[in-house]
Amino acid sequence: MTDKHAVVDFATDWDHTDPEWVNDPYPIWEDLRLRCPVAHTDRYGGAWFPASHAGVSKVAKDTDTFTSRAVVIGNGRPTEEDLPAPIGLAPPITSDPPFHQIARKLILPAFAPRPINALEPQIRALCNALLDEVVGEEIVNASQSYARLIPPAVIRQMLGFPEADTEKFIEMVHVIVEAIDLPEEERIEQFVPVEEYFTRQIEEHQANPRDDLTTFLLNAEIGGEKLAVEHVFGTMVLILVAGIDTTWSAVGASLWHLAQNPEDLARLVHEPELMTVAIEEFLRFYAPVTMARLVKQDVEYLGCPMKEYDWILLGFPAANRDPVVFKDADKFIIDRAENRHVAFGLGIHRCIGSNLARLELRVAIEEFIQRYPKFELANRNDVTWSQGQIRGPRNLPLRILA
Amino acid sequence: MKVVIDGDICQGQGRCFSIAPSLFDFDDLGNGVVLGDGTLSAETLELARLAQANCPEHAIFIVESS
Repeated sequence: MTDKHAVVDFATDWDHTDPEWVNDPYPIWEDLRLRCPVAHTDRYGGAWFPASHAGVSKVAKDTDTFTSRAVVIGNGRPTEEDLPAPIGLAPPITSDPPFHQIARKLILPAFAPRPINALEPQIRALCNALLDEVVGEEIVNASQSYARLIPPAVIRQMLGFPEADTEKFIEMVHVIVEAIDLPEEERIEQFVPVEEYFTRQIEEHQANPRDDLTTFLLNAEIGGEKLAVEHVFGTMVLILVAGIDTTWSAVGASLWHLAQNPEDLARLVHEPELMTVAIEEFLRFYAPVTMARLVKQDVEYLGCPMKEYDWILLGFPAANRDPVVFKDADKFIIDRAENRHVAFGLGIHRCIGSNLARLELRVAIEEFIQRYPKFELANRNDVTWSQGQIRGPRNLPLRILA
Repeated sequence: MKVVIDGDICQGQGRCFSIAPSLFDFDDLGNGVVLGDGTLSAETLELARLAQANCPEHAIFIVESS
């Protein structure tokens, strides 16, 4: 990484890895919404950031002007070799129409409400087992000891990897998730053991097919042909990366909120029927995910002179705080009835795991507050936030109160 | 009045069948579908409006029954 000077003006030189943005991006976005509303930076080879709901929404739905061939901002402008079309590195998130729809329809049924809701008892048991691990402790790191461990265990099971590998799997996932900000060569190096592990799992599933997502992908066909190995592998990586630190972040941020808002915590404890709307407000207010697009060709857009392969960062969390769309947008309202939030994105790339994410978030919060109806931040200064396009607390020491 | 989902706009955000399971269900892909013919009573009209106000894709429409 070069050129990591501190940001002076986020309107003309924004950086989503700047400590100010990492620690508290909301005032920055509010300022940008009032002043720009599309910010620019020369960093990362040139990138745009629409701060309004209207801007985010327009770009997200415009697959003619923007491509999804890269969705995570890299260290510079991508080259053609970085962007295999039409499959992309992790289909369908990196695929454009018309291939996108084919790749997406393939895996949508596995993430539809019916199969996902069937996982609820297991997720509940998992949350309880994790809470049992820290029983009696006065201070619980709710990010490291709880939120972090829930999604990988669920994904491991969906992919049909051995239960005995859970620890190994969690470790591998964190290497990948944390490697996202590393230089390209180191990132590739970090990925080698994952690739080896996945390859072994694929071979094992080819030899012993069973009822899981890996077998499903291996048997799936497009136009009468089995999927390319890169397609199977890319989708498995997508499920892994997109399904883990995202939900970890959402669970962590929700507990962070409850630790500081005892009246909201008390309401959730005493009015469990509020949970459905509360989950949507957690998702609106602390939406963890921003996704990138690339400009397909030079274009004047949202009043900005965009160039081919400029990045455009879709701040769904910023859109969720736009007062044009949300009444009292900067207030967390636990029983907000009308909540058209875009935490899972908009348009054809709507998060395919949204049903699973919601289920994990709801069950994780329900079980935590049932076990601990009162808690607070142990030390505000010990809370750290992830850097990059997924935002959530990575250290969250909570003091359990009687 | 009746409620309809525009299948070309719906992306399976999943809000309608969560808010109003008496009016909406989902298909095998997880996209929203209207139960029955979508005809609304005075009470279910309010519920349909609430679902509409929560659809991020603006895929729900409340129209005059034809």
